[in-house]
Amino acid sequence: MSVWAKHKIFEKNTFVLLIGILVAVSVGGIVEIAPLFYLKSTIEKTEGMRPYTPLELAGREIYVREGCYTCHSQMIRPMRDELERYGHFSLAAESMYDHPFQWGSKRTGPDLARVGGKYSDAWHVEHLINPRSLVPASIMPGYPFLANNRLDTRDVAQHVATNSLIGVPYTEEQVNSAARDALAQATPDSDAAFEFEERWPTATIRDFDGNPGEVTEMDALVAYLQMLGTLVDFSIYDNQANLR
Amino acid sequence: MSDTHQKEIDQLSGVETTGHEWDGLKELNNPLPKWWLYLFYATIAWAVVYWVLYPSWPLISSYTTGVLGSSQRAEAIAAYEAGVAGRSEFADKIVAASLDEISSDQELRQFAMANGQAAFGDNCAPCHGTGGTGFIGYPNLQDDTWIWGGTMDAIQTTLLYGIRSDYDDTRFGDMPAFGADEILSDEEIDQVANFVASKAGLETDDGVDLAAGETLYIDNCAACHGDALEGIQELGGPSLVSANYLYGKSLDAIKTQIHNPKNGVMPGWVDRLDPATIKSLTVYVHSFGGGQ
Repeated sequence: MSVWAKHKIFEKNTFVLLIGILVAVSVGGIVEIAPLFYLKSTIEKTEGMRPYTPLELAGREIYVREGCYTCHSQMIRPMRDELERYGHFSLAAESMYDHPFQWGSKRTGPDLARVGGKYSDAWHVEHLINPRSLVPASIMPGYPFLANNRLDTRDVAQHVATNSLIGVPYTEEQVNSAARDALAQATPDSDAAFEFEERWPTATIRDFDGNPGEVTEMDALVAYLQMLGTLVDFSIYDNQANLR
Repeated sequence: MSDTHQKEIDQLSGVETTGHEWDGLKELNNPLPKWWLYLFYATIAWAVVYWVLYPSWPLISSYTTGVLGSSQRAEAIAAYEAGVAGRSEFADKIVAASLDEISSDQELRQFAMANGQAAFGDNCAPCHGTGGTGFIGYPNLQDDTWIWGGTMDAIQTTLLYGIRSDYDDTRFGDMPAFGADEILSDEEIDQVANFVASKAGLETDDGVDLAAGETLYIDNCAACHGDALEGIQELGGPSLVSANYLYGKSLDAIKTQIHNPKNGVMPGWVDRLDPATIKSLTVYVHSFGGGQ
């Protein structure tokens, strides 16, 4: 009786009711969301993860800019057919430096979570310029302008700084030299590439777009695509350790 | 809730009212339909059952796992392994058998062809085309022109470690950029390109010294492409008298390739595909018609 009588307070004051609703909804949200930040199975540690290099991050921004995510997901779900086709299911840790993540729930094209190393650089370049020159049945649009657009390194430096700001563990040196490093990764055998290698020992240095003269948006996008899903070494990953 | 908790019965319908009154109108407090109410209770009861059976409540560092021990990851891995086990009868035989044995045994060959076709569609067709007919820069697997060899062993090696890939065992051949690196002058490139074109059955430019081209060819090209332009598969030097050229069979294409050659890359598949699939692909590709 008395409890129900107190409910009258909510019913008679809209502002109190509003607060009450917010509290009730937040409890539901917190119970579902908060554990994901501390449960072992959702924050498992993996060997090999590193932040994106400036060039890869630039490629990632181009990937987002061109809306690649509207047709391509980057999440291999734990289902047999996906494991057969794409390889090991995606781990939460593999998206730990993604802002925003590119998981997606709709696939018009194939999943790209482990596309890195599956095709050659030249294939990616040719396929991005004109997909139907290699895959006649493809409905993917061409992106020929990427090969002509010089990479804007000022943008890259800011993207790295912003990612650093929201918690991606770039070193101060990596942030400060981002613009230079973005060019260096696509300019093998240069002094800058040598310095890049010291800052990014596990990254690949190549002329990704087959055009040694300049560093283009194509370099960035191909560098990004070629590293997708390649960081975690699954030969030493223990599936059982984090099952429970 | 009502202001007064005394029951007030509506005279006309005999139903209890909520006690609310708006301008003389009162709201009846009819009970919820029984079927609806019991379904609602049933869903609450099911929630409790579900908590017991399946993973549900978060704890400090883990979560309640449920008495069924259900896990999507474990189920996916189990389903995947069941698929592998389903194929293992033949897959194990394929791994154990030599490539020739697979090819000559009807049962194994049938399995290898089906398995190879599925794997080819996803992994190989993007470059080599659905039927293996290739594109400019991506070899045709149906013809009898082989750059690195068309025997089953050679095909398997190429599949495992790729061409100019990151693997130490990869096939590697690097054609020098005779023009871009100024090894040959433009005139010399013209001469040697015309010499190659003449041997390949293409039309040549007028007034080019083919004899000089031949000398240049012997000095610069024959080491990889062979004295008779027949190609040397151990070095990945393509035959220059074959019907198909990887980067196009024309005098212009030959000049371009000598000036600043493309050296195509094929990824290695040893880490991406299992041994039975690699062998199946070998047999499948070998069966395209050009296999040696």
